[in-house]
Amino acid sequence: MKEFTWISKPYPRVDAEAKVTGRVRYADDLVLPGMLFCKLLRSHLPHARIRRIDTTRARSLPGVLAVLTGKDLPAHKFGILPTSQDQEALCVEKVRYVGDPVAAVAAIDEWTAEQAVRLIEVEYDPLPSYMTIEDALFKEGEPIHAQGNVHKEVSLEFGDVATGFEEADYIREDIFLYHGSAHLPLEEHAAVASYEPGDLLTVWSSTQVPHYLHRTLSKVLDLPMSRIRVIATPVGGGFGGKSDIFNHEIVVAALAMITGRPVKCTLTREEVFYTLRRHPTLMWVRTGVREDGTITAMHFRAILEGGAYGSYGVATTYYVGALQPITYKIPNYRFEGMRVFTNAPPGGPKRGHGTPQPRFALECHLDKIAEDLGMDPVELRRRNLVAPHTKTVNWLRITSCGLAECLKKVVEASRFHEKHRRLPRGRGVGLAVSGYLSGAGLPIYWNDLPHSQVHLQVDRSGSVTLSCGAIDIGQGSNSVLVYTVCEILGVSPEDVRLIVADTAITPIDLGSYSSRVTFMAGNAALQAAQRMRDLIAAAVAEKLGVPAESLIFQGRQVKVGGGEDRALSWREACEVAEARYGLLSATGTYTPPRLAGPYKGSGVGPSPAYSYSACVAEVQVDEETGVVSVEKIWIAHDIGRALNPLLVLGQVEGSVYMGLGEALMEDLSVRQGVIRVPSMLEYKSPTVKEMPEVEAFLIETVDPEGPFGAKECGQGPLLPVPPAIANAIYDAVRVRIDEVPITPEKVLKALERRRKGEEGRFGPGGFPAIRFKEPIRVAPPSPSSAGRVEPRP
Amino acid sequence: MPRLVRLHVNGQVHEVFTPPHRTLLELLREDLGLTGTKHGCELGECGACTVLVDGRPILACLALAVEVEGAEILTVEGLGRPGNLHPLQEAFMEVGALQCGYCTPGFLLSAKALLDQNPAPSRQEIHEALSGNLCRCTGYLRIVQAVERAAVKAR
Amino acid sequence: MLRLPPFQYVRPGTLHEAVGILASEGGKAVLMAGGTDLLPRMKHRVAALEVVVAIRALRELRGIWGDPRQGLVIGAASTLAEVCSHPAIRQGYEVLSLAAAQVATPQIRNMGTIGGNLCLDTRCSYYDMPYTWRKAMGFCLKKNGDTCLVAPGSTRCWAVSSSDLAPVLMALDGRVRLVGPRGERVVPVEELYRDDGIRYLNKEPAEILTEVLLPPLDGWKAAYWKVRRRGSFDFPVLSLAVAVRQDEGGHIADARLILGAVRSSPLRVREAEEALRGEKLEPGIMEVVCELASRAARPVENTDFTVLWRKRMVKVFLRRALGTFA
Ligand SMILES: Cc1cc2nc3c(=O)[nH]c(=O)nc-3n(C[C@H](O)[C@H](O)[C@H](O)COP(=O)(O)OP(=O)(O)OC[C@H]3O[C@@H](n4cnc5c(N)ncnc54)[C@H](O)[C@@H]3O)c2cc1C
Ligand code: SF4
Ligand code: FES
Ligand code: FES
Repeated sequence: MKEFTWISKPYPRVDAEAKVTGRVRYADDLVLPGMLFCKLLRSHLPHARIRRIDTTRARSLPGVLAVLTGKDLPAHKFGILPTSQDQEALCVEKVRYVGDPVAAVAAIDEWTAEQAVRLIEVEYDPLPSYMTIEDALFKEGEPIHAQGNVHKEVSLEFGDVATGFEEADYIREDIFLYHGSAHLPLEEHAAVASYEPGDLLTVWSSTQVPHYLHRTLSKVLDLPMSRIRVIATPVGGGFGGKSDIFNHEIVVAALAMITGRPVKCTLTREEVFYTLRRHPTLMWVRTGVREDGTITAMHFRAILEGGAYGSYGVATTYYVGALQPITYKIPNYRFEGMRVFTNAPPGGPKRGHGTPQPRFALECHLDKIAEDLGMDPVELRRRNLVAPHTKTVNWLRITSCGLAECLKKVVEASRFHEKHRRLPRGRGVGLAVSGYLSGAGLPIYWNDLPHSQVHLQVDRSGSVTLSCGAIDIGQGSNSVLVYTVCEILGVSPEDVRLIVADTAITPIDLGSYSSRVTFMAGNAALQAAQRMRDLIAAAVAEKLGVPAESLIFQGRQVKVGGGEDRALSWREACEVAEARYGLLSATGTYTPPRLAGPYKGSGVGPSPAYSYSACVAEVQVDEETGVVSVEKIWIAHDIGRALNPLLVLGQVEGSVYMGLGEALMEDLSVRQGVIRVPSMLEYKSPTVKEMPEVEAFLIETVDPEGPFGAKECGQGPLLPVPPAIANAIYDAVRVRIDEVPITPEKVLKALERRRKGEEGRFGPGGFPAIRFKEPIRVAPPSPSSAGRVEPRP
Repeated sequence: MPRLVRLHVNGQVHEVFTPPHRTLLELLREDLGLTGTKHGCELGECGACTVLVDGRPILACLALAVEVEGAEILTVEGLGRPGNLHPLQEAFMEVGALQCGYCTPGFLLSAKALLDQNPAPSRQEIHEALSGNLCRCTGYLRIVQAVERAAVKAR
Repeated sequence: MLRLPPFQYVRPGTLHEAVGILASEGGKAVLMAGGTDLLPRMKHRVAALEVVVAIRALRELRGIWGDPRQGLVIGAASTLAEVCSHPAIRQGYEVLSLAAAQVATPQIRNMGTIGGNLCLDTRCSYYDMPYTWRKAMGFCLKKNGDTCLVAPGSTRCWAVSSSDLAPVLMALDGRVRLVGPRGERVVPVEELYRDDGIRYLNKEPAEILTEVLLPPLDGWKAAYWKVRRRGSFDFPVLSLAVAVRQDEGGHIADARLILGAVRSSPLRVREAEEALRGEKLEPGIMEVVCELASRAARPVENTDFTVLWRKRMVKVFLRRALGTFA
């Protein structure tokens, strides 16, 4: 293997210096001449018909330049998925949750805008509201959307579950609940719009999805895409919370067009809580195993509390069922999922998009099965692990898979077997594994186009201009792009000028979600750089009279290999090439292979490669208070190849942190239609004092599809953390908490039940009696196709 | 009623006409253009707006600009510049203590106050000093390592 | 960004002047020391005041003097960080320094004062929220509304006394000096409070708390336990301050036991103190005391954690607190 220069090395992120000196400009840092400030009036009712909006008083307040209602905008609905076009920038007929925007003001300052918002009078006719899954399913009254309160229903059966259960020696059923949580990025969402003569609208936004915002603005404002420029500013934390289109982004654009002045809107922390949240999910799972622990069949049901709008919910619903088979061989698998509308902020993707919930259920469930069978939980998992280069029962193509190694690593490092069931009462260890996508195989709007594109331009000065539509949300995509290009062209980061996420000048990338950027933009950058290298090599080879293949690009030089010490400096080489070919430009694109299986709904789940993680948690439980403290986490992650170990470990640790918060304290519950605690003080997220020691291991399996063999690391490592903690709690005090967050109250309650001789458990008591529709029956891939990996298109 | 306040920020004196209900956060960001100081709540609940006043970390979102008149204010812009970085800034870069970078200025200043007062802090003392700053990206581990590394460097 | 409402700002040069301004402005003026409690409330639009009287720099309110043998005087404008680190407090009244170190965050302790901490507004999860949120949830008695959302039908407000220092200072038998238009008085800390979420202080609006006075230690030992979700930021959902004086044989000569965050004022559990007198700290008597304290504590559902849990924790943590003296 060739030694890398920039790849696999712990170089600081390329934006590190700008960030530590406070020079990065986030959206709210932007100030334009004559800029106005916008505030939204949001509904204070969970569900109501709008009878009348009177903006007269607001308009006459000095300092107010415009007041906008939904009627002032073209009547186009929007939504991130083509199938869920159900949102309005400002509600016209109905409001559907507390926080749903109904009007907006642009004023000379934020205080004036706030005063004006208070002067807008809205008359509502309240409607019955639906706050829970049960409400949505069974309560009478006008539904939230015309289609009814069931937003999406999925029913799929792979193989033959009935026969699978017949083959089982032991069958177990469990019910789990995963409460909603907030993304809570430290940066509050902000957008600035400016409308310039010549019909050119520019919108800067702290968004993870500039391309989708671009498309949506064009649709809702009736402007061609060529007249709109979206610039994603560096994002101060996203985690999925900035991956949708938000009302304020459209509203500032409309207000800028009306007033002719730039307009900024920065959400307050309270408003950020009204944007998106992780879906609260109720789950039922039934698994059949043979005596030796081999899984024969699994039936998984889930209901997602979806909030007021579709958002990514159709995809989320599928995701809740899609990834169980990527870690374990499940020969017969049935998934029934349903997403219901409720009068709460929309559920959307958050780190792990729809998969932490089922992963929690699955890993706790398997732990119980192991206990029932008297089996070692490591062994139970080992028996069922998927093998590399196979296809799952639901047609997902597995390429590299280091799960077995991950499992081995954490079990050994934590000395799991010495501790499990052997530690003093109150202390315990727990285990869980997981897998995740390296980018969704399909785009969210149907097309055959590339998912990521990179453009490189090189000129006689030797500078490389690298442009790509991807936005760095902290995950480090800028660094991956730059280091990839440096590696191939043999240049240094100082030689590269990076331009990202500006729809006027950067080629399209679909956005920073589903862990796709390193994988897809990385591959595109790799291809562009290789093409650029070939171009320059051809010119240099001609000039020096050597074969192009013999040239080595390294250390800002193009050297003749094979023992000769002739070389051109990088700048000279660029000059030679520009003289030969004119402007030096190269592009790279990445389109994932066609991976969808032969059934409706197979678009969610395929990914060009899956990452894997295994985790052991050690906890201490105070039986008098129910307080759980996590003492240490061991986590191993199959990263394919760590393009930059600093960045990868940072993602792994950050995922552990977020998983810890969800496991123990983060709870975005809604009370009487209102988010209970939309504040950073009362929505509890762990501080440095709650963070346990983490020992992380990177397993490199060098994936055939990934750039230099890399896979994702931004989301996957979160998944095993909550179930590992729950399993450790069982090991410590023998109670099962089948519901996250695992609060002291729940632990105490379960302990109390156990003391009374009841089942030592806290969790949901039942699963609503609903009949899912008949499943689409899908035959599993034939064994012969199971091992094949299609070539790249 | 706006009044004239004289502020010493990063070694420079600024005179600004400002109404008294303006916070130091607003004044730094909006009047002086020092947008390195961030905000995530404006209520004292996140630590993103941490700056040093006479060497002590405080929250710019809960300080009135008129109340810090005459004091020495340090923001991230005054901590170090490219080419002349503070050891903490270098350490944050080297160990990967930042991701989105939004919490970073606040952490740097909390850490600076600690190291100025206690050049060889224990891990527990570092945790204590950083316990008023939230980060949602890193899980804090690398931030703590960076402070330890900077402490060693500075010695 | 949340903005403050416009107000007039005055910075009196003397205590006397400050009292004068408060008296003449009536209800329109409010004192501000560190501002860490007042300014968030103004941003939430629960405190709407025209005049802010800034007293942090008043000379009469600054400084810490004394030692455990003579007693201690703490100027009301001393910051919590100063209280934490002052040698006389760390050595003699360590419990106060430890309690102060658990307030909020390091940054807030550099800003917030001991006077502000004692006069801290009572808290409630229906009240410490932005205007827009309160409008959606329904306004309550304490601000803009006419009913209590925690205890509908109640004619009083049950917002929680959340000061970390009040219970500790009570355990140390502290007093405060109040200076007002009609002169000054010194009252025990306990008497500063009323069990009423709205009018939670027994003081006139124009009275300024100038000093906290602590008597000599005289053999007292004290402990403070704070219960909260996270190791930082969070207000107590329950706190316990216990002080005892034991004789040579370990018998308790005298005790003080105060619960914080269970009602609108700190709760001194005199029956429990009485029960401890003359006893040795043995499991039997500890149970009795825990039972008494637990019965006295009647929190309501308006902080983090459930009421049931908070109530149960009284016994658990009191046993632990008493255990430190056994
Ligand atoms: C995120 C956060 C977390 C917090 N956590 C805690 C916690 O854990 N424990 C805790 O106890 N507190 C906590 N606080 C509250 C507060 O910061 C502290 O109690 C602090 O000590 C208040 O002091 P201050 O000087 O800032 O008060 P200010 O805001 O200046 O004043 C508070 C009130 O007291 C009045 N007042 C102030 N000084 C005097 C005086 N000398 N005489 C008469 N009246 C006066 C003011 O008019 C005002 O009504 C927290 C605050 C925040 C924002
Ligand atoms: S206790 Fe009742 S009246 Fe008092 S703040 Fe809470 S809801 Fe309002
Ligand atoms: S902005 Fe969050 S503490 Fe100041
Ligand atoms: S680096 Fe993003 S919040 Fe800390």
